[in-house]
Amino acid sequence: MRFTFSQEQQQFRQEVCAFLREEMSPEYETVFGTFSEEKYWFSRDLFRRLAERRWLTVGWPEEYGGGGKTFLEQSILDEQIGYHRVQRVGITGINFAGPAIIKFGTPEQKARYLPPIARGEAEYCQGFTEPDAGSDLASLQMRAEADGDQYVLNGSKMFTSYYAHADFIYLLARTDPDAPKHRGISLFIVEMDTPGISTRPLPYINGEVAAQTFFDNVRVPRTCLVGQENQGWYHAMTTLDYERAGLERYARVRRTFDDLLSFSKSAPYRGGVFGKDPLVRHKLAKVKVGLEGWAALCWKVAWMQSRGEVPNAEASIAFLYGTKQRLYFAQEAMEILGKFGTLTPECDTAPIQGAIEGLSRESMHMHGAGTMEIHRNIIAQRGLGLPR
Amino acid sequence: MDLGLNQAQEMLRRTARGFLEANCPTTLVREVEASGEGYSPELWAQMAELGWLGLSLPAEYGGEGGDAVDQLVLSEEMGRALLPSPYLTSVVTCGRLVALAGSLSQRATLLPRLARGELLMSPALGEEGVGCSAKVVKEGSGYRLNGVKTFVPFAAAADMLICAAGGLDDGEVSLCLVSPNADGVSIEPHASLAGYPQARMEFNDVEIGVDGILGGVGEGGDALGEALAWATLVQCGEMVGRGRKILEMVIDYAKSRVQFGRPIGAFQAIQHQLADLRVAVDAAELLTYRAACSMSEGRNCAEEIALAKASADEMSRMSTVVGHGVYAGISYTVEHDMQLYSARNKLSEAGSGGTLGQIDRIAGSMGL
Repeated sequence: MRFTFSQEQQQFRQEVCAFLREEMSPEYETVFGTFSEEKYWFSRDLFRRLAERRWLTVGWPEEYGGGGKTFLEQSILDEQIGYHRVQRVGITGINFAGPAIIKFGTPEQKARYLPPIARGEAEYCQGFTEPDAGSDLASLQMRAEADGDQYVLNGSKMFTSYYAHADFIYLLARTDPDAPKHRGISLFIVEMDTPGISTRPLPYINGEVAAQTFFDNVRVPRTCLVGQENQGWYHAMTTLDYERAGLERYARVRRTFDDLLSFSKSAPYRGGVFGKDPLVRHKLAKVKVGLEGWAALCWKVAWMQSRGEVPNAEASIAFLYGTKQRLYFAQEAMEILGKFGTLTPECDTAPIQGAIEGLSRESMHMHGAGTMEIHRNIIAQRGLGLPR
Repeated sequence: MDLGLNQAQEMLRRTARGFLEANCPTTLVREVEASGEGYSPELWAQMAELGWLGLSLPAEYGGEGGDAVDQLVLSEEMGRALLPSPYLTSVVTCGRLVALAGSLSQRATLLPRLARGELLMSPALGEEGVGCSAKVVKEGSGYRLNGVKTFVPFAAAADMLICAAGGLDDGEVSLCLVSPNADGVSIEPHASLAGYPQARMEFNDVEIGVDGILGGVGEGGDALGEALAWATLVQCGEMVGRGRKILEMVIDYAKSRVQFGRPIGAFQAIQHQLADLRVAVDAAELLTYRAACSMSEGRNCAEEIALAKASADEMSRMSTVVGHGVYAGISYTVEHDMQLYSARNKLSEAGSGGTLGQIDRIAGSMGL
């Protein structure tokens, strides 16, 4: 048993870290709660440069423009991107759409869609959730009706993150309304500038802007279908299990913890420093226990993936634990900072750039890849074998 | 990165589980608890034959030379089976102390007997206050020991105690070898949870032989830290094994117990508690094995061990509540086994400095 990386992996990690340290300047770092158009395009450019080194899709096979390494290397990259607070871009393409095309796509689709993702040139958004299909995703209503060599899409999708910059949307739509709900769904990749697609911006409380996306008689060629018709639900679930380690999310939070720790060691307080206060000390140490457990669970998922195993319950375990620990940290940090925790990132005198205020908003995102209750259902039913 | 066990460890796990399921049923656990002796000498002898007592003792002294991960694999099974034994205190804590601090002749005399189960040792380390007020001073060709120790496990059953004492120089620790039957030694048992044998001991002018201090006067400090690190890890292993066993038991119960016409395990109110427990057990297990790997690779693992214990403590408390909560009424009875698990959970949670002790260590290692 060994929890450490191989020498090559350690070297890769150091190289990525050195590269990001060199390339990232403070004005482009995305502290929690601070997103901007300028940072977005900086990140896109940064991703292109990561791609030039074959790091962006380091875990993909080389024939598709990847680095030919494993999920561990991909997770190392994710971790470093999160820790250096690079604004999020390209996640859907690299982690979900790309792997789905690799597994289920035709040779033509692979040739068309994969190289731009690997080069960091294509942005994807995801169209799964609908206004009336959230936790019960398989009840989604958006229609895709075959019409000659086309499909006609009608319906709407919710919470479309990255919509404003996306070239493609990776979506699920119902192709057989008469089949049982899981068996009438298909997976598509659609160009966002197709006529009939419109959006209504949906700003989030963390400062990101997503959208509701409407499809009004959107005509797409049949070649947009990924995998088999009516198997889309199963294709999508398989690829959801691919990239679930969540190291980026963890590392972003860990960075803020490390910053808060440094702050607490230097901020003067009652004749000493803040961090020596017994209550502060206790809270910070307890938070660390949860963060370290979260990290270990994430790496276990990445390790399983690197061996070709499908971490199903394990991915939900890491996700659920992470959500809880991020929330716990945000609450404890707010308590530690008191009124200073209410100062936003725009405030020059906010401790650690106002990251805690931003984190406390971001920590309300308790529904990533399913609500906490859905993850508990997955763990109980698929992991523990309890009856449905 | 390789988070799996190797073949030998897998085999040890299977063997240990099979042996303990056959030879350490909860009826035995109850008998030992009632006896107040804390262990079954017959079972202890069998464990010695299986090579378990020497598992992580040095090979040149009759042990198997196993590392911290090997030790954890066995400890998980012991925790799972609620094995009542002085394994943690005699073999792990005292065995390490002798191996690390003992002179060549002390190691050669004591370790093979520990491994064969012929010698039972107990650590007398803790005191009522903070620090070490027990003192050993030179007298004639040997030494004299004075002081009070608390929570000494298996004090009456032990053949030999290792009593930590200060000397003339502050901060130095001398590890004195004392027989519990020696003149000037008195034992006053603490009435304890689950019949766990622990006692308050007084040492009044107890004679210590010329070769009666491990490694000599003032040479025990480093060994003490390292031995306690091992003991904490082993305790984490026991807790993780017990937590996983509770999870399995409660899952079985939730699948078979029918109310409102359905197995209660079909209710999300039950499922979600069990999902949360699974998450906690996985996290504690990973942190425990991570610390063990750091230890066997020779890295400083003090903080990782404290993280593992704090995480295991939290999981342990959760497993008690989820276990009793899902079993409900039936587990409030003495005849149900759940109470055996929850009592041992509490003993472990309080061990190795408790959760607050770990939090203090973690904060200290973060520079706070």
